[in-house]
Formats: sequence, C-alpha cells, structure tokens
Amino acid sequence: MSESRAAKGTHEVHEAHAHLGFVRTYIFSTDHKMIGRQFLFMGLFMLIIGGLMAMLIRWELAFPEKPLPVIGASKEFIDTGEPKTSMDQTWAEWLSKPESEQNWLTKNMPMGAITAPLYNSLFTMHATLMIFFVVMPIMVGGFGNFLIPLTIGARDMAFPTLNMLSFWVGLLSGIIMLASLFVPGGSAAAGWTSYAPLTAKVEYTGVNWGQNLWCISLIVMGISSLMGSINYITTIINMRAPGMTFFRMPLITWSLFITAILLLLALPVLTSALAMLLFDRMLGTHFFLPEGGGEPILWQHLFWFFGHPEVYILVLPAMGVTSEVLSVFSRKPIFGYRGMVFAMTAIAFLSWVVWGHHMFVSGMNPLIGTTFMMTTMVIAVPSAIKTFNWLGTLWGGSIRFTTPMLFGLAFVSNFVIGGLSGIFMASTPVDIFIHDTYYIVAHFHYVVAGIIFAIFAAITYWFPKMFGRMMNETLGKIHAILTFIFFNATFFPMHILGVGGHMRRIFNPLQYEFLHPLQPVNVFISISAFCLGVAQLIFLFNFVWSLFAGKRADRNPWHANTLEWITPSPPPHGNFDKIPTVYRGPYEYSSPEVAEDWLPQDRRLETTTAKGAH
Amino acid sequence: MKQLPFFPEQASTVAGRVDALFYFLITITGFFSLLVTVLIVYFAIKYHRRSEAERPRPIEGSLPLEIVWTIIPFGLFMVMFFWGASIYSTMAHPPEDALDIYVIGKQWMWKFQHPGGQREINELHIPVDRPIKLIMSSQDVIHDVFVPAFRVKGDVIPGRYTTLWFQATKPGTYHLFCAEYCGTQHSGMIGRVIVMEPAQYQAWLSGNLIQQAGALTPSPAVTGEIPTTGTTQGPTPPAGATTGMAPGSTTPLAEAPSTGAAEGSLASAGEKLFRDLGCIVCHRPGAEGRGPNLMGIFGKSVSLQNGETVIADENYLRESILHPQAKIVAGFQPIMPPYEGRLSEEELIQLIAYIKSLK
Repeated sequence: MSESRAAKGTHEVHEAHAHLGFVRTYIFSTDHKMIGRQFLFMGLFMLIIGGLMAMLIRWELAFPEKPLPVIGASKEFIDTGEPKTSMDQTWAEWLSKPESEQNWLTKNMPMGAITAPLYNSLFTMHATLMIFFVVMPIMVGGFGNFLIPLTIGARDMAFPTLNMLSFWVGLLSGIIMLASLFVPGGSAAAGWTSYAPLTAKVEYTGVNWGQNLWCISLIVMGISSLMGSINYITTIINMRAPGMTFFRMPLITWSLFITAILLLLALPVLTSALAMLLFDRMLGTHFFLPEGGGEPILWQHLFWFFGHPEVYILVLPAMGVTSEVLSVFSRKPIFGYRGMVFAMTAIAFLSWVVWGHHMFVSGMNPLIGTTFMMTTMVIAVPSAIKTFNWLGTLWGGSIRFTTPMLFGLAFVSNFVIGGLSGIFMASTPVDIFIHDTYYIVAHFHYVVAGIIFAIFAAITYWFPKMFGRMMNETLGKIHAILTFIFFNATFFPMHILGVGGHMRRIFNPLQYEFLHPLQPVNVFISISAFCLGVAQLIFLFNFVWSLFAGKRADRNPWHANTLEWITPSPPPHGNFDKIPTVYRGPYEYSSPEVAEDWLPQDRRLETTTAKGAH
Repeated sequence: MKQLPFFPEQASTVAGRVDALFYFLITITGFFSLLVTVLIVYFAIKYHRRSEAERPRPIEGSLPLEIVWTIIPFGLFMVMFFWGASIYSTMAHPPEDALDIYVIGKQWMWKFQHPGGQREINELHIPVDRPIKLIMSSQDVIHDVFVPAFRVKGDVIPGRYTTLWFQATKPGTYHLFCAEYCGTQHSGMIGRVIVMEPAQYQAWLSGNLIQQAGALTPSPAVTGEIPTTGTTQGPTPPAGATTGMAPGSTTPLAEAPSTGAAEGSLASAGEKLFRDLGCIVCHRPGAEGRGPNLMGIFGKSVSLQNGETVIADENYLRESILHPQAKIVAGFQPIMPPYEGRLSEEELIQLIAYIKSLK
C-alpha cells in the first residue's frame, strides 16, 4: 500500500520536475540525491579546514612555539628585532599597532608562533569539526540521503521537505561553529568533550562566546540530525520496494538504519546536556558547579551516554560501506549476511551500556567500574565477528583491486588495529595507566580517523552513480596507497608516545623533561602527518577533475547487484523508471544460476520463486 | 620483570602487575593483528582476479566458523576481564594502614598536606615501602594526578573527595602531572614525587615543620588559603625546587605561612577549628549533645532518619559539614546550619582529619 502511494506521489513530482528552476534543483532542492551531494560537499569543505587545523597541531607538537614556515617571522628577526624577510616586516608593522587594531593573527599567533590558547582551541575545533561536520555529514547526511531511497527502491525520502530543512539547518550549525573561531576570546578551547566545570564558568578558560556558540551550534546540529534520522527510519520502514524484505536490504542500508535509530536516541541526551551547560554559563544555574550543589561528574555521564553511541554512529556506516565494497570486488556473497546484521544490532544495543569506560579514573565505585569493564569486553565480540566475516568474504573470492577495494581493505586493516587497541582501554588497570595519554589519541584516530578510508571507498565507489562520471583509477590507487602508508606512519607511533607517558592536550611537550627523548617520535609523526595532508591533494584534484572531465559512467560500472545500479547514472528525479520488484538478497555474486558473475536484486529468473523463499 | 622499551620504570607495587597484563594484551592483540594482516595479504595474492571469466564459489557463510570466531574472542575477553578485575580491585581498595595525604588541585598547581601539618606545592615527599592514600579534591575544575612510574591516575574533582593509593618500591624522584585537561596552562601543571627512605622522610617532615615555623609571620590567611607569592605557579618548578631528595631540602612552600599547620598536625588544627566554629557546642565528645557524638565515627556505618545506612567516609563527613540536611542521622533534628562557602578546602581537610583522629 505504501508503495502505491509513493509511486503515485512521485509521478506528480516527475511531471513537475521539468518546471523546477535552478534554485529548486540545486539549492533548495527536496531531491534526496541533491541533498546528499550538498551534505557531501559541506563535509569535504569542513574536512579541509579540520585537516589544516591538524597540520597546525602537529607543527606545534613537533616544533613547539616555533614560528610557522612561510607566514612566520624569521629566527633572526625574533632574536635581534631586525626584520629580514618581507614577512618580518609585515609582523613588525602589525605588532606595532595599538591593541585595539590588532588582527586575528597577531592576537592568536604573534610572529607566526602558535600560542597556548590557540593550540587549545585548535585541538578542540579539530575534533568537533571532524566528528560533527565531516564524518556525520558525509556518511550519514551524504551517503545516507543518497543511498537509502536508491537501495530500497523508493523514489525519494518519506519527508522531502524535512530532508531539505535538515541540510539547511545543518549548514547553519556549521556556519555558527566556524563563526565561533572569530569571536573575541577565541573559540571553544576545552576539548571536544568540553568537561564541566571547566566549561561551566567563563573564568576557568577565559573563553566566553566561543564556548556559547559551540553549544548553540551543536544544539542546532542536533535538530538537523533529528530531522534526518526520523526521515531515514520512516523511509526504510515504509517505503521499501515490493519484495525488499528487511533481510534483503544491503548492509549499508542496515547500517544507516541502525545509525539513524542511535542518532534519534543519543542526540537528545547531548542536546539536554548542552542546554544545561549554556544555562550554567549564561543564566547562573549550577547544574555542573559544586558550589551551588551541582554535580561536575553529571556532565561526563551525559556526555558519554551520548558519546559512546556516537562512536558507533560514526563507525557503523563505515562498516556498511566496507561490506558492500568487499563483497562486490571479491565477486562473492558477503560472508554471514545475517551474522553481520546481528553483529551491528548487538553493537547498537551494547553501545548504551559501555559509556562508563570513558570514566574509569573519575573515582567511580569499583563495582560499577568492573561492570563497565565487562560490558566493554563484550562489545568487542561483535566487532570481532564483523572482521572475521570480512576475511571470510575475501576467502576464495576473485578479488578486483579497484580504488574503492583498496580503501575497503585499508579500512579493515586500520579498524583491526583500532579495535584491538581498544581492548587495552576496556581493561581498567591498563586504562588507568594510559588514560588521557597519546595511546588514546592513537586508538581513536585508528577508529574514527580510519573512517576516512571508508569515506574514500564510498566516494570512489558511488561517484559514478552520484555524478555520472568515473574517477581516475590510477590517481585513486596512488592516493589510496600513500594515504594508507602515511596514516599508519602518523598514528601508529602515537601508541609508543602514550606508553611513554606523553599526555594528550599538552601545548608544549618539551615542558616535560622526561619527554625530551621521545621528541624525535613527535617530529616523525608530524612529518608523516604533513605528507598525509599533501597526499590528499591528489584526491582533491582527482575529485574535481573527474566531476567535469571523468569518463562517462554507464548504469552499472562495477557490475553490482543492489538497486541503485539499475538506475541511470546519475539517477533522474524519481530515481526509477518503474519501481523495481526485488527477488533476492543483495550479494548473489558468482551465482551458478546466471552466466554473468552478478545477479541484480530485481532480475526475475524462471527459477526465482523457489529461491525467493530462501 | 623485564620491561619493554618506552615503558616508564616500575616504581610501585602495582606497576609490575599492570605491566604484566599490558604485555599479555600486547601478545594477544599482536597475534590477532598479525593473523588478520597475514590473511589479508595472503588472500589478496592468492585470490586476485586472474580472468574476467573467473567464477569463485559463492560461499554465503558458515555457521560453525562464525560460532568459532565468536566463542574464541569471547573466551579471551573473559580471561582479560578477570585478570583486569583482580588488579583493579587491588587498586580501588587502599589498605587500612595507609598514610593519608591530602591533595588539593587548582589551576595550575598541586597542594599537598601531610597528616603532621607539613605542606608542599608541586612536590610530594613520601616514604618508600609504605602504602600512601591520597585524598584529593579540587578548588576549581577537574584535575588528575598521574604518576607514570606508579601506573596510577585519579581525577581530582571539585566538591568531593576521590582517593588514589600506591606503595612506592624504590627511592627516587618521579614525574607527577595533571592528566585531565584543565585550561590554558594545563601542560604546565607539573610536579614531582620524591620517594625517601623512612629515616630521611622523618627528617624531612621535621625539617619542613621547622621551616614553616621559622617563616611564620602575622598572617592574614584567615581562610587557610596558602599565599602563592614566591611559590610555583608557572609552567616549570623554580630552580630552587630541583635540588633533589635531600632531607629538609628547600621546598617551594618553605616560606608559605599558614594558620594551623605550624602549630602542629592537621588534626590539632582541626581541633582548634572545631572549637572556634562552635561545633563542639552540639557535637560534645563523650556526652549526649544536640548533634551526633563524633567519637570513633570514621569508617563506621551510620543509621539515617530515612532508614538507610551509610559508611562515614571522607565524602560523608564533607557532605555533612557543608550540607548537613542531606543526610540526617536517626534520632537527631535537622538543626545544623550549612557550612557551604564558609570553609576553605584546607579547613575542611583539617576538620575531617580531626574527626578521623577521634578514637
């Protein structure tokens, strides 16, 4: 019934499409594919900013308090006061102005050297942008929007206008977050975790509107995300094509479905915590301030009750992408399809009862600490199942090493390291030792920054469907290999720093005498990070060039089974010429029933009825 | 135990146990990362596509295999769990005979107070081979005491006490610093732990007292706040504070006067406060007063009016002084006024030390 309604609805849209002008097609579009692209571009733009921030952070850690190259003043100028280069003269001129006329640069990095307040604001904003404005918009907003209707055989989302609002509200939130960099007092500088009471009073950090805007931006982002997740859940439950049972949905769609449920339940917790924090800051309440009877630990409970499901919100879609890519390019069904679905469901449930492992050193009751240690050990099991099932997918396959496949394999490799290093944190006594050190930084970059490999896999895999053109494979492979090497050279040595006692969030490691012998490791990491940054220019070039000059893509360039590949590339408004009927699961590659090594979900075979009951 | 490179030295009773578990985890996770890497590489080589006509067998899965790779990780995780839980239990329960040292964190310095009244800033002198229990609170934001060589770490939270215990095994100087990001100069919140032989420690204790008495001047410090003039507040300890572990060496606190400590122990300072604040009017030791008798109360369970019982630990005493209405002892009226905002963290510590000394 829902299908016929959807079909009828989009017929009208189909006819109206011709009359849509530029604004309704490209800007205030209600088409899920255009909204998906908009989210993708927003995420990629933020990725550039967040990435540049990471470069600044790495510069400071390798060469503490030294002026930046190019824009920094020369050593001679700092030592002698005699301007040598043209940049020296510029700095001399800027710094000679009265206090009120100083610009952003002279306030935050006089002579081009990063100051402690700027450093604190950089690591805070780097994490905030990467989590909320890169991974979430690209994976959930971008690919979630683009893929959900296409993979379930629907013409659009259930609520197209709500969908459009979700993007524009999300963009507003991004603009607020970026604007917070330029308010007096600087941006938020208390870490992306913004622990109270540090954040609950202006005088503790000296940051006023920066932190307020941070809270406001994330509340606005929560609204955007809420609109998106309601839409995803409704669409998946109600608008699947005939024959598309839940257990015939591709794993990417499953992962986005579970992610949407987690988002719907987790983000309101963050929103309420942010509202309380804003009240403490602006209205004089004492939710988190002990002097008024408040509870500083409450923030941590609320934040991580949101924060741990958030980790899976980020990583589940990446797992979904990987499952698609590994199966398609191994020309083999995914190993243990149902096991994969159950593992994701188990992760989703367990993600609500592990938040305390972020708080082992907060003086919690040891009995509660032990319970959280147990649940955290248990949540590692479904991740292990997924990893071995990916290996099972490769086993006996016929593997095509395309760019998306290389990124998929890289994601698995890095996820294994990130997952296994998580075991150390689950184990309370070991966590107490490495908590808040660079070991943690290494761990969450392997997991969360490792998602970038799934993002690249997704972009290179669905690029032909999104933009109707192929990306360049040679450039793609060079980019994949370089990114993999430099990613590991950047993040693996951080484990060693952490074990050596190198704390995270320290402005100048050389303040610590015992870290001096480890400084060469910091320099190595930073150089690798700069190389990692430069390697991304290859992707940027390939992406932009392919948008305009890539080879035209046909409907199904990868010979994949799922429904998005039966549509034209890119799909028109309304997606399908005729709503497809689904006869089988998404991964029937190398089926003996057909001559080709792929068998689309909507192809009717004479023998299908018997198989359909499977 | 032999150590891997990069690990800090082991200088506490628990360090070796933590490292043993750490090495076990490295072995297990190392094995599995190697296994997965080898399999990925092996499959990539063995199963790469050789011709377009190639048709792999469409294996859809294998329940027995999936059960195997569910059960084995689960079993290993449970081994890790029980091993970890046993060490955690040791770390979470300080021995009865531990030496109590009070810690107050503030942006961006550490203040330590010994039971005998000795005070120091950013340096902590302790005896070797004796369990030390840190009772910690913060004046502003959350800080965190971390001593890598001891493998211990604990948050220091405003508005409550948290505890951390360890037993140093080797005399020497160890790094102590703040592990919880606490604001602009967080990275400069650095201290040292100086572990001494018991005799040296005793000498240091009396030396510290003599210095404090010598430096005692008419003090405006009615709140018990330690004036920070001339003490470490910057990113690094002053040169004078790095003279090592000689007994009675100059500590940054040497010139810091204080209200009670110079006259004696924390408990005696607390006793004076107990009289001056008038606590003694209601809480008369020995006799029935309007408030509960505090003699021997510390560590005992207390029956409350609402039928619950609580253990009278440091946090209970703290709450009952600052917010007496929160937990009313059975048989008493809620008449005590709150002392929130009327006591400094130091004075609270003195009062609690005094109540703990009533035996």
